[in-house]
Amino acid sequence: MTNVSIPELADFTESALDKAFASLEASAREAAAGLSGDEAVEAFRLEWLGRKQGRLNDVSSRWLKAAPPEAKKALGVRFNALKAVVEGLLEQAAGAGPSDASLKAEAIDVTLPGTRRLLGAEHPITRTLNEIVSVFAALGYSVGVGPEVETDYYNFECMNFPPGHPARDTQDTLVVANQERRPLRDRLLLRTHTSPVQMRTMEQQPPPVRIVIPGKVHRNDAADATHSPIFHQVEGLCVDTNITFSDLKGTLDHAMKALFGSAVKTRFFPSFFPFTEPSADVQISCIFCGGKGCRKCKNSGWIELLGCGMVDPAVFAFAAQKQPAYDPKKISGFAFGMGVERIAMMKYGVSEIGQFYAGDMRFLNQFV
Amino acid sequence: MNILTKWLRAYLPGLTVDDAQLAEDLTLRGIAVEGTYDLGSGKGYLYEMDITTNRVDAMNHYGVAREAATIYGLELKPLAFPLPEAKKAAQPFSVQIEAQDACGRFTARVLRGVTIGESRDWFAGAEIATYFALLDQKKISNAVDASNFAWLAMGQPTHTFDLDKIEGGIVVRRARKGEKLKTLDGIERTLDADDLVVADHKKALALAGVMGGWDTMITPETKNVLVEAAWFEPMAVRQTARRHGLHTDASHRFERGADFNAAPLASAIVSAILLANGGSIEGELVDVRVAALEERTALRKPISLKLSEVHRLLGTTIDAEGITAAAVENILRGLGCGMTSAASAAWDVTLPSWRLDIEREIDLIEEVARVYGYNRFANTLPAFAGGVRALPWEEKEAAIRSTMLAAGFHEAIASTFCSAADAARTSPQPGQVVPLGNPLSEEASVLRPSLVPGMLAMIAGNLNRDVSDVRLFELGTAFIGTTEKVEERPALALGAVGALPTASPLHASRQIDFYDAKGVVEQVLGRFEARGVYFDRFGADSGLTPEWLHPYRSARIVVDGGTVGWFGQLHPSEAAARKIKEPVVIGEIYLDRLYKQPLRKPVAREISRFQPVRRDFSLVLDESIGWEAVDRAMSELRIPELVDWRAREVFRDARQAKGEYALLLGATFQAADRTLREEELQSFHAQVVEAVAKVGARLRA
Repeated sequence: MTNVSIPELADFTESALDKAFASLEASAREAAAGLSGDEAVEAFRLEWLGRKQGRLNDVSSRWLKAAPPEAKKALGVRFNALKAVVEGLLEQAAGAGPSDASLKAEAIDVTLPGTRRLLGAEHPITRTLNEIVSVFAALGYSVGVGPEVETDYYNFECMNFPPGHPARDTQDTLVVANQERRPLRDRLLLRTHTSPVQMRTMEQQPPPVRIVIPGKVHRNDAADATHSPIFHQVEGLCVDTNITFSDLKGTLDHAMKALFGSAVKTRFFPSFFPFTEPSADVQISCIFCGGKGCRKCKNSGWIELLGCGMVDPAVFAFAAQKQPAYDPKKISGFAFGMGVERIAMMKYGVSEIGQFYAGDMRFLNQFV
Repeated sequence: MNILTKWLRAYLPGLTVDDAQLAEDLTLRGIAVEGTYDLGSGKGYLYEMDITTNRVDAMNHYGVAREAATIYGLELKPLAFPLPEAKKAAQPFSVQIEAQDACGRFTARVLRGVTIGESRDWFAGAEIATYFALLDQKKISNAVDASNFAWLAMGQPTHTFDLDKIEGGIVVRRARKGEKLKTLDGIERTLDADDLVVADHKKALALAGVMGGWDTMITPETKNVLVEAAWFEPMAVRQTARRHGLHTDASHRFERGADFNAAPLASAIVSAILLANGGSIEGELVDVRVAALEERTALRKPISLKLSEVHRLLGTTIDAEGITAAAVENILRGLGCGMTSAASAAWDVTLPSWRLDIEREIDLIEEVARVYGYNRFANTLPAFAGGVRALPWEEKEAAIRSTMLAAGFHEAIASTFCSAADAARTSPQPGQVVPLGNPLSEEASVLRPSLVPGMLAMIAGNLNRDVSDVRLFELGTAFIGTTEKVEERPALALGAVGALPTASPLHASRQIDFYDAKGVVEQVLGRFEARGVYFDRFGADSGLTPEWLHPYRSARIVVDGGTVGWFGQLHPSEAAARKIKEPVVIGEIYLDRLYKQPLRKPVAREISRFQPVRRDFSLVLDESIGWEAVDRAMSELRIPELVDWRAREVFRDARQAKGEYALLLGATFQAADRTLREEELQSFHAQVVEAVAKVGARLRA
């Protein structure tokens, strides 16, 4: 620390004073700009405001003392202004933390990938199931569930499948071994649809009933791109007084719009299911082309999505064996069912149904 | 089956819509046209139909035309095949129905002096050459083609015999066991006593309703013909056809319920066509009927139908007018029903003989809805009052799923089945495995008793595809029991192998190990309330540890005294059997047991404003002393200010004596109401040292 930079002042005119003080202020600002760290700030303070050797002390002791009396006041004003500037610079330097230079030295590559904690992905089937269930929950449907291993009675007989119906053929149904000696109605099989839960629910509660039944079902089908022996269904059942075919239409139209967007249209066709009458197949306008026709909808503009119908009185007659309130003359109802895999494949663009059951991390990663 | 619009239009002179519109209107009424093919100018369209099995009546041109006539309210041209006057027969041709349960009607007509030859367009209404060419239906001879024409036109199968090969008259009877019959396909068949046959007085001539016989078939030399048109019971035909592995146009129709009253007309069609090439009729049509079967079919009792029921079940239409009594009458009359009105807006409906699928009032209501048009009904929503009930375990399952997802595990769904060998190794209850009667494959021969085989298969699958980092869980059903009784239990499986998910270019990754799995298990258990949770381990000789787990790197999970699952490192032999080289961690939690615990409800407590003080204790322990001993010693101290303790570090280095390891125990002291004083802390320190010393831990020198 040296005082050499404080020159002797020979001229005490105002302009000379301005010039001399401006030069001092410039050098103070320059010194303050490069400050980094507490030590440097302290050095700056000592250099400029040090009581014994500080520059301002020098100015005071050399210039003020040497000044002629008439210049003392002008010099004093300028001295106080400079002191305020230096103190300000010091304050600034002390409060501003590390300098830009020191920060720059800590630069990192922000384009490197972030460190990700892997988030688990809900299975697309679970996700689709939950989506469907919540659409119907909003319409007042509770969830019903039942066993995956069923009796022939619940899977077929009470659903109005007469003996000898093609769907009962062993090539369609996976059966538990050693059932041959049991009465037909008690024989165990893997449920081929979630419909048995309709009957199980009606047996346990009188109408009104509103349930939606998600679940795993099995069929003895050869696996290909769109068929799997294991798949999932969501069925629904609504029974009350005065439930009509137009209620069935309105409910499914509403549900399809909730699932696929409000622009989706529905169309109903006569069909045949043993447990409903009248029965219908439902198509929705193609969600890929909006109904104009594309490869996905085979240029028809429509995609077949679910089966439904009014509950057949024969089914109510089975329910009435345990709950007499299921009198088809007094109550009515509708049922519907849809394949979850098919909807999930459409929604997420999955081309192979087998991918749902392979546990392939690369496939599942896409659903995070 | 295929339908020609040119042929349809012959029955519907008033039809004005084009073929594309007709296809759409039929499809929307359940007579599904799957494909339409333009056959060229003046030839109309060919429709590829997909008729549901209950509508055998619509599997022919006249049946489809009847649907169209009903839809558009058009006149359906009657089928008329007038025949020339018959020559007197010395006596009527003899027909006997022995099998009264299986044959409801048998008509026979004798034609003499016919000429067998090529078919052509014989007369208006019998354009065989034109229609067969458009349908790509092979022409065989005028006799065979006449039968084919009849069922394509109106659905009734018929058969023509060479009359001169028939000995005596016709008997419809069950076959004699071992009786031989060479059928038209050239196969010599041995008949079963349950087979239904058309026979003469000496031998079986044909499998009734399925296929004719070789020896009595029409040949170019045939001069005299017997025309058969009959009604056979569906089950009898189905069983005979099945037994002989046959499925013919005739059996297809009889199995689904043919029209009891169609035989005379079908016989007239075939006869008229044959006679167009010369010949004459001998005797009147012989028509033998079984009253019991006629009552069950053609003479069914009328069904009562009320308009109010139609409205109660079908609801609101878009048209304000709704479904009127007149609309109901038009639709059902169009379909062939007779309607007598017993009261206003109520009818007794007689059923057409060709619609055996209609038996109840609801069947009539369906017909009304179908022909009226499903899409002409409004979209209404039923009123609803009441609440939505959640399943008892719904919230618990959701808590487990969200915990597993947050821990970075993907949800998977595995096969419901596994091999018998895998089941034997993984079943929590030995021997309680349920085999399938008709399994998809040997690898899927039983219902899985555990989710472990599926989890292992998925992990191996990933590794085989060079996906080295795997973290999966499954929430599914395990099946325990016998072929008499199956119990379904919810279970959670988790499996992982490879690096932890935090790998990045700047942070080293590390292998997933036992403790990662344990952490996830603890987090899952942490969602449930429990008085006590612990983990223990059993040696190989205990026989308690599941076979699939490494006996010294696995643990049983115990909640409130009960086993709720197992997890740990996969047994090296199990890994080797699946060619897995990396250490896999895997586990299964029996959710039926865990679900007995309520979900934990968070309770907030005051957070102390006073400074916590951390003290570390560097301990040396014998290898036989586990963390649990130290942990228990700390908890038994019951110092209220001891708010937290944990194993901060475990290490083994060369400076340690053999059989010992070092443990850095971290303890935190904090009071709710004051800053702790130095003397207090010294006292706590001394108490900790004394407590851990009792279980064999000493302060490191």
